[in-house]
Amino acid sequence: MTLTATGAAITLSGCGKTFADGTRALEPLDLSIPAGETLVLLGPSGCGKTTLLRIIAGLESPDAGGHIAFDGADVTTLPIEKRNVGMVFQSYALFPNMSVIDNVAYGLRVRGVAKAERLRQAHAVLEMMRIDTLAERRITQLSGGQRQRVALARALAVRPRVILLDEPLTALDAALREHLRAEIDSLLRRLAITAIYVTHDQAEALALGDRIVVMRQGAIAQVGTPREVYFQPQNDFVATFVGITNRLAGSLKAGHFASAAGSLPFAGADKAEATLLFRPEAASLCAPEETGLVFQVEQVQFQGARQRVVLAGADGTRVVVEAPAEQLVAAGAAMGLRLDPSRLSLV
Amino acid sequence: MSPRSMSPHRLTFALQLLVTLVVAAFLLVPAGASILAGFTANYFRGLSSGLTLDWVKEVLKLYSDTIGFSIALALGTLAVTLVLGVPAAWALVRRPGRMARLVEEVVTLPVAIPGLALALALIIAYGGFREFRMSPLFILVGHVLYTLPFMLRSVMAVLAAVDVRTLEEGAASLGASPLQRFFHVVVPNAKGGILAGALMVVTLSIGEFNLTWMLHTPLTKTLPVGLADSYASMRLEIASAYTLVFFVMIVPLLVAIQMFGLERPLKTRAQTPTKANRGPPLIAGEQP
Repeated sequence: MTLTATGAAITLSGCGKTFADGTRALEPLDLSIPAGETLVLLGPSGCGKTTLLRIIAGLESPDAGGHIAFDGADVTTLPIEKRNVGMVFQSYALFPNMSVIDNVAYGLRVRGVAKAERLRQAHAVLEMMRIDTLAERRITQLSGGQRQRVALARALAVRPRVILLDEPLTALDAALREHLRAEIDSLLRRLAITAIYVTHDQAEALALGDRIVVMRQGAIAQVGTPREVYFQPQNDFVATFVGITNRLAGSLKAGHFASAAGSLPFAGADKAEATLLFRPEAASLCAPEETGLVFQVEQVQFQGARQRVVLAGADGTRVVVEAPAEQLVAAGAAMGLRLDPSRLSLV
Repeated sequence: MSPRSMSPHRLTFALQLLVTLVVAAFLLVPAGASILAGFTANYFRGLSSGLTLDWVKEVLKLYSDTIGFSIALALGTLAVTLVLGVPAAWALVRRPGRMARLVEEVVTLPVAIPGLALALALIIAYGGFREFRMSPLFILVGHVLYTLPFMLRSVMAVLAAVDVRTLEEGAASLGASPLQRFFHVVVPNAKGGILAGALMVVTLSIGEFNLTWMLHTPLTKTLPVGLADSYASMRLEIASAYTLVFFVMIVPLLVAIQMFGLERPLKTRAQTPTKANRGPPLIAGEQP
């Protein structure tokens, strides 16, 4: 079934948030989300991602000067019940006094849809989520994963222009989380609805997002596609927060990056102090004479298909790389490190 | 376990049982004697004078208006505490903070102040409004002041336990107006607290004496005020039969509170110390 034809484009300008006790939860920020995009707000707890989501939802209002527009129409002063958004809460917020079907039909009920029609539509959404058999259950009779699906079905039943998901998978165990992540991903793509997804889990963010907004201390640290954020982190924080990142301290001079472990060609303006960032999988091991960077193997962790190798540089700098399982790597040996130039970043 | 190690346990148990039975008898014998007095033809001649229902009939004839008035007053008090207490509890849970705590404390104050002082304050402030002073509404106001905190706290505890703020945000996200949220989500999920509070309010209102005694007029006598009257001016058998009638009204309510209290999750009960700790002693203390 088609639940929504078009998502709304969302524009935020100068949206900051200071709480009554003076805490600055969000620095004024601008953000533009095209219709149909899945945007992930990623960051550690307390970074302001939930506050930002609540401002977009209409559960919080931005400080004076901030504006939010859906499809160009200013909604800053509209409360959440007038914004036509769907929201999935971390605790699901399902009504314990209603059955599953009544929960899902509730949004249609307050919109004045006749009973037979709203039940028909609610059943259709449950069918789409493949949980129609749960329709008559009480909320207390559902498992965590079932509650999560019901919460999503309830949010989608009103055909919102925007769906907002606040850490929807955090309360579930790892295996179920992965399964539901894939389900949500295919659902959001099928519906072409504008979705904003808050999470502190970088794997979730990378898997789900068309774009990721990495946040830190109430401000945006980087906005980009999952690949950009992963491979070209614009700063140390993003590099550290998203995945394992190796860092080599050194300097940039005459088209070469030089560090204690050796040097390699790197295009760019001269810089007295520079840090080279790269992911474990952007590096490969080779014989010491084949490259300018030489390390000593400190530890080898066999992981089945691959092995994780911890290397130490001459100045004690540790880097972690991944190597194919069949490559012969012995602890204590000297190994050369080859880096994929397209997957390096310098800060 | 060997018999030697059993015996000290048995002794302890026997002692505990004995103490319990003695204490229970100490409390129950007067109650039993009082009940018996209400059925005895002539208490001073003892049971040999025979048992009778005449005294109970006499009480119903003499005091049926106080019984009716007490019930009406309790239901009126309940209606007002529901209309004021449930939305107030919702508002206080929604916006927790220093102001909310202050409001809660102020509302609870009448429970701590002696009923006589509260009544005196009402008379000084509003006694000049003759129509109001003479009407049953005057006593109703007193009872509402005294019982409102019990409704408020009972409902607040349940609303906090079900995380009503998030539920309400969920309803709002689906398009529900504040009024729809109140009736569709807040009230149904507060049902347990509302019921517990309602039982408490009715029980306290029916048993209230201190405040009512100060506020009553010859035309607005409640059952406990009538009891005091009968103790002072009637023969013992009638006073006892009257107490009996009071028991018959109040005990089912107390049992209902107790049964209901057992159904509530422990967490919720722990959050309403007023209900569990203060209620019954207050009622006991109210009996003249």
